[in-house]
Amino acid sequence: MSKALRLAGQFLVIVALFAGVAWLSDRPTYRQIPERSGVMMLTFVHGADRKGECRRLSPEEIAKLPPNMRRVQDCPRVRRPIYVELDLDGRNIYRASLPPTGIAGDGPSRVYQRFVLPAKKYDVAVRMRDTARAEGFDHERHGTVDIAPSQMFIIDYQPEDGEFIFR
Amino acid sequence: MISVIRRVLRTVFESIEQPFDRLFGPALNPLAQLGALGFFFFWIVAVSGIYLFVFFDTGIERAYQSVEYLTHDQWFHAGFMRSFHRYASDLMVVMVAVHLLREFAYDHYRGVRWFSWFVGLPIIWLLYASGITGYWLVWDKLAQYVALVSSELLDYLPVFGEPIARNFISTGTLTSRFFSLMVFMHIAVPLFLLFIMWVHILRISRPKVNPPRTLALLTLAALVAVAIWKPAVSQGPADLARVPAEVGLDWLFLPLYPLTNIWGNGAVWAFIGAFSLMIGLMPWLPPLRRAKAVEVDLAHCNGCARCAEDCPYEAIRMVARTDGLPFPTQAEVNPSLCVSCGICMGSCPSSTPFRRTEDLKTGIDLPEYSLKELRERVVGVGAGLTGPGRVMVLACEHGGAAGRLDGTIVLPCVAMAPPSLIDFILSRDLADGVVIAGCAESAPYNRLGVKWTEQRFAAQRDPYLRARVPRERIATVWCSALAVNKAESEIAAFAARIANLPPNRLRSPLPVSAVSRPATTREPAELRGDS
Repeated sequence: MSKALRLAGQFLVIVALFAGVAWLSDRPTYRQIPERSGVMMLTFVHGADRKGECRRLSPEEIAKLPPNMRRVQDCPRVRRPIYVELDLDGRNIYRASLPPTGIAGDGPSRVYQRFVLPAKKYDVAVRMRDTARAEGFDHERHGTVDIAPSQMFIIDYQPEDGEFIFR
Repeated sequence: MISVIRRVLRTVFESIEQPFDRLFGPALNPLAQLGALGFFFFWIVAVSGIYLFVFFDTGIERAYQSVEYLTHDQWFHAGFMRSFHRYASDLMVVMVAVHLLREFAYDHYRGVRWFSWFVGLPIIWLLYASGITGYWLVWDKLAQYVALVSSELLDYLPVFGEPIARNFISTGTLTSRFFSLMVFMHIAVPLFLLFIMWVHILRISRPKVNPPRTLALLTLAALVAVAIWKPAVSQGPADLARVPAEVGLDWLFLPLYPLTNIWGNGAVWAFIGAFSLMIGLMPWLPPLRRAKAVEVDLAHCNGCARCAEDCPYEAIRMVARTDGLPFPTQAEVNPSLCVSCGICMGSCPSSTPFRRTEDLKTGIDLPEYSLKELRERVVGVGAGLTGPGRVMVLACEHGGAAGRLDGTIVLPCVAMAPPSLIDFILSRDLADGVVIAGCAESAPYNRLGVKWTEQRFAAQRDPYLRARVPRERIATVWCSALAVNKAESEIAAFAARIANLPPNRLRSPLPVSAVSRPATTREPAELRGDS
């Protein structure tokens, strides 16, 4: 085999291998949700009330504290869990008691739930309890949403306004 | 179980390597250059990445636009560089994966090689982290998918207070600062990768970090051809209000991403953890049983440093003399790095079987297979050879001739045989010809063994094979353990050739001191159950 022919053969083999690699760099395509479907996402971060009430410290207790750490109130750090429910067309699809985050349990609760749904209209109801009450809900929102194919529909909660938002 | 998998994989590799060897030759065979090609692709990615950075804009809106600009408006240079950047990264993944499988198949990961194997694990992690952050920067639909799945995976770990994935599900949450952070990550992670790649080869003597020039040029030409055939392009701008329902996935960098949908994030993390644990523990599953490390005999060591030069495992270093002999240095062996291949013994100028002493000594010797024992075996085997075309085979225990019984002496590595041994065999009329039957040139079990043997015979490397030794009476056969028939046919052809040669002129009687006790044929490693 002549040197040029051999070199051509080597080149062709390498090109064929590289072409295979290049092809794999974006083929075959991957479909993560079925056709004519969208995604509804229930996600928010919110800290519920703390479990106990703040207690006013007595002057003796304040005096016992180091001078640079003196405060008038002693507040328990641990927060309550948040209770959330999500209904779709009157059917409950998600309910959970969300514990607070953090080692001391003083961080906000968080939810990140994804629902892949066929594209169509839905009656959506979302409810949340973030106080000490045993029954009923502190925040609630109902509405009709039209999920389009490949749409990302978000149900979020704005702690500043104290309400759920659909977007 | 592991040895069965290893044997199957080795068979697969050897069946692929043989046609590659025929086309490329052992020196250019890409399968023998995987590590060097990995480094080469890293440099291509680094240079092309620096070039692309000139055009890249870290603005939230402008990131995608700048990539589109360089891909389409400046396709003839920056677009090419983008294709180079992507495909060289993908090829690096392929090199790493095949390199890992090949080292496993050839049992190059246990014993002293554990360090390089173990350090290879963070290379895999960092390589993937580099690629994933790179895909993120383009900020097209694939980037959006990668951002969402990556952050959901990270959110699974109880580390972050607020889910990071929330940044990628609606417009307005992402700022340009994020792209600055990603650019930083995409530079810092590969730099760290390079550092670990350096650590990876730290314990390897003369590591191959550059492929041969012809192979490098062929690789570059092939990259150009592929970049013309299929330029790397984006997949449409990211739109956080929409789900990137169908994406062209890079199956080399992102094969686990679809699994998050099927298995869930926890299972994917468990898989990554189990894979890492398995790779990390493999060198000790089971540990390699090694022969005793070589020992230095100072009375016969003049501190010439040839053994330290030739050791492929950096197991020998030269230190200040301790015995008062008038030489500045002496060899010192680190037993934890020695694989007992005997290459150092073959390099020692004191390793000469011509010495007229019964208790043959050399400067550096294998306690379990000494030069003295080797000479005795040679003499014993030579005494058993009869008829015309008497051929003695010095076979590597990992090569195709390791299983031969007649006229064969099996060595841990053929480079263990000092060139003077060939001279000894022929001049003492122990055989009419000598075959050095090593393992495959493109996949030698002990790195550099084949190279050193060839260079010693060609008088390019100390110790030389003396000029008086008739070269037509020596043959080298390089073939893998699977190529038994090839080894056998080459040896038979050589024996036939030798039989037709006139009598060997290089003859002198065997000294009385050379003990000729009955030959014992050393069994290959597989039969001894070493692995």
